Amino acid sequence: MHTQLWRYIGKRLLLMIPVLFGLSIIVFLIMALIPGDPAQAILGAYATPDNVARINTQLGLDQPLPMQYITWLTNILQGDFGRSYAQNRAVLDIITERFGATLILAGTALVLCSIFGLLAGIISASRQYGLADKMITFIVLIGISMPAFWLGLLLIMFFAVDLRWLPASGMYSMWGGGGLLDLLRHLILPASTLAFIATGVIARLTRASMLEVLRQDYIRTARAKGLHERRVIYRHAFKAAMVSVVPVIGIQAGFVLGGAVYVETVFQWPGIGSMLVNAISQRDLLLVQGGVLIVAAAYVVFNLLADVVQFILDPRVTA
Amino acid sequence: MSRFMNISNALPLARWFGHRHSRTSPLQLLLRNRLAAAGLIVLIAVCILALITPWLPLHHPNQTALGNRLLPPGSDGHLLGTDHLGRDILARILWGTRVSLSVGISATLVAATVGSILGILAGYFGRHVDNILMRGIDMVMAFPYILLALAIVAVLGPGLLNALYAIAIVNIPFFARNVRGVTVTLRNREFVDAALLSGKGHARILLTEILPNVLPVIVITMSTTVGWMILETAGLSFLGLGAQPPQADLGSMLGEGRRLISTAPHVATIPGLMIFLLVMSINLLGDGVRDALDPRLKAGALRRPAARTRTAPAARQQPTGEPKGLLEVDNLRTEFHLDGQVHQAVNGPTFHIEPGECLGIIGESGSGKSVTAMSLLGLVASPPGIIQNGQVNYQRQNLLGVSDPVLRGYRGGELAYIFQDPLSTLHPLFTVGDQLVEALRAHRPLSYRAAWQEAVRRLEEVRMPNAARRAKSYPHQLSGGMRQRVSIAMALANDPQLIIADEPTTALDVTVQAQILKLLNRLREQKQASLMFITHDFGVVKQICHRVAVMYAGEIVEIGPVEEILARPAHPYTRRLIGCVPSVDYEGGRLAEIPGLPPQVSNLPVGCKFADRCDQVTDQCRAAPIELDTLNERHQARCIFAREVSA
Ligand code: SF4
Repeated sequence: MHTQLWRYIGKRLLLMIPVLFGLSIIVFLIMALIPGDPAQAILGAYATPDNVARINTQLGLDQPLPMQYITWLTNILQGDFGRSYAQNRAVLDIITERFGATLILAGTALVLCSIFGLLAGIISASRQYGLADKMITFIVLIGISMPAFWLGLLLIMFFAVDLRWLPASGMYSMWGGGGLLDLLRHLILPASTLAFIATGVIARLTRASMLEVLRQDYIRTARAKGLHERRVIYRHAFKAAMVSVVPVIGIQAGFVLGGAVYVETVFQWPGIGSMLVNAISQRDLLLVQGGVLIVAAAYVVFNLLADVVQFILDPRVTA
Repeated sequence: MSRFMNISNALPLARWFGHRHSRTSPLQLLLRNRLAAAGLIVLIAVCILALITPWLPLHHPNQTALGNRLLPPGSDGHLLGTDHLGRDILARILWGTRVSLSVGISATLVAATVGSILGILAGYFGRHVDNILMRGIDMVMAFPYILLALAIVAVLGPGLLNALYAIAIVNIPFFARNVRGVTVTLRNREFVDAALLSGKGHARILLTEILPNVLPVIVITMSTTVGWMILETAGLSFLGLGAQPPQADLGSMLGEGRRLISTAPHVATIPGLMIFLLVMSINLLGDGVRDALDPRLKAGALRRPAARTRTAPAARQQPTGEPKGLLEVDNLRTEFHLDGQVHQAVNGPTFHIEPGECLGIIGESGSGKSVTAMSLLGLVASPPGIIQNGQVNYQRQNLLGVSDPVLRGYRGGELAYIFQDPLSTLHPLFTVGDQLVEALRAHRPLSYRAAWQEAVRRLEEVRMPNAARRAKSYPHQLSGGMRQRVSIAMALANDPQLIIADEPTTALDVTVQAQILKLLNRLREQKQASLMFITHDFGVVKQICHRVAVMYAGEIVEIGPVEEILARPAHPYTRRLIGCVPSVDYEGGRLAEIPGLPPQVSNLPVGCKFADRCDQVTDQCRAAPIELDTLNERHQARCIFAREVSA
């Protein structure tokens, strides 16, 4: 099993290469769409003739597109994402500083939405058309129609402004000493906001696949064995349903990472998302590019994790 | 986030879309769904308001009045209050809704057009075109899509139009994928080839043959993405990357208001509520549309079967006298309620099984033999199944009326099942050893370790080669014969009194069939257990059964000792069944087709149910129900000529 697992992980890692390659091409092409002189656009207000010349040689902007791409990719592979002229720092430094915060937020949200989504889905399916099912279905519907930025504001209004239970923004209090507890207090509202919407999707899918699985012959076998219905649902049906839910949790990682842009802005969370929004308004294109690349890569890794979980769950998937 | 639903089965949906003969039209189904209807009403109301906004007696949305800043909702002349510049929020909301709606719908149209063109081209031309286009689409989908939209806005610069393009672009893949899927299927149909042969050009075929057929899929995809697109364009505006002042959509109003959240919350919450209402109504409607178009939901087939078949009170009465034999079935009636129709699958069979006896139950598929067997322990899927009447008496109790825990105690304990196809009846994600352990531990207090050893011993008992190692295998790693040995081991795990085997050899090839039969027979003798063997094959019955009951249309038409029935079958149907067996000893001969079809169990005839296929039918046969005629104390048949033939 273990050698198989490693072989599978190895294979998936290899398969990641073309995906990452594709991502880089798309990001590069989008940047190539810049209307007008790219050096001008990248530098914006900092477009001194000196800087323009430097950018042009550094990015090979005077060369044909494919050559530009190769120069660009080589630089990135060497960890050189260029410079943020607005902040006058290396893009990589800014990103590494911010990436942790986004990972904490998105990771927590992903864990929360998986737990609640799966639970809600199971309860819904095992009491199909009952009161609990109807309530969950309705809440799920609210969840998937709710703008994350609005939900965030409502939560701030209620829990931070009115009740004063939780902080409205930031990651640590300025005077809080910055311990884990302080982080958690700050994390609750943004992580719940981000999780709420993804929870709906997971709950829906879990319900549907549980209902599908519960009609399978092997569920009848489990009942014919004399197993308690609880065991039939939570062990037999749930494991089988997970097989189709896990990849969707992987896809939800993309939604959560993207939604982090809104949530980080609303809660002033110092992550990549809020950085991106600022960078876009400042037309700090190289910083945008670096941020987009890194989050996209994180998404690919989350999907890889989902695949690995899938492999562990389902013996029919072969390495 | 309806975007993650699977639309891969869109083609049947599409076909269904154009299907107007069904008893309830999709529109009726849609309106019957209260939530969807509510969504539709809200959506129509919002759209009408947005359309007539210019003619409503409203303040000018951009007219500032610093004296009237931040008036709360309900203020004089400002129903929803004013914002930080004293502008009337009601007017701004309505104008903003117009903008948000038109941007969302435009983005949807752009995405639908471009995506569908790409999808149609990829699906129609296939090969390289398909490869290149779809690889590109896959790459785009490898992005968290909001991020991709951000990157595009970053390059094009903030602005409402650019936001619209960005959102449209990231949605193209959903249209391309769905449309491509349907086009591929259409491409492989004859009518496209016929059109090509008749000299039509590709362009004409695409426009006249393909496009009309993919249109429903495009519409479905639009209904599931438009809400999201409105949400996301509002989101970009909220971030300050979409609508720029003085232009305002709902998102930018929310963005402007968010700084006032502690002093004047209504400035931000009202536009947010509007977005929410809009998106929610679209999603409700979209869900309703999908449900109405999904034929699987229509039949109620997606309802989950309960732990136990629904049983009417009439079937739950406890027995009064001493039951016959080990297990006695009396006047069992099981129905399926589907689509407003009642299918009478089991129509009152009465029989018993002696200890140590092997009783065969034989009939064609649809004769009710499996449903009879599964009714005994409440394993008929319910809904749609329901046991209306009858008794299944075991140890002076009616199993149909016992409590759940008692029933669970019998299931897999004293009364065990073996099902037909071991690939689908064994759980694919647990090792066979684990599944056996579970069966053992459900009825006996064993540690996992002890149960595992017992499981291996049970596997050896069914002659599983290399049992200790095989126990660690998953069902898909075993051959069909080995899987069925596992099922048998599992059924025998707790030394049952009665084994109910439902066509346990049908899915296997001939030589394996013979082995499994021998095994079952040997185990039955060793353990002194009774066996109820369900089959469609008289050869099998001849080989292992003592008595046999022949079922037709949910009734027993003949029952008696195997040798006697083989020698003197009293019912024409039995004769036909026997006639289908090769005269040589059991060779796994398949049941040859008997001419005609069994009657519809939703519409059974009054008289003999076999009449339509019987070559001896007379008027008398159709006049009234035929009773079982007792030929001797062990042999009965349901035919008016039974005595003459068997005499
Ligand atoms: S009752 Fe009549 S129709 Fe029915 S089997 Fe006998 S002969 Fe045929």
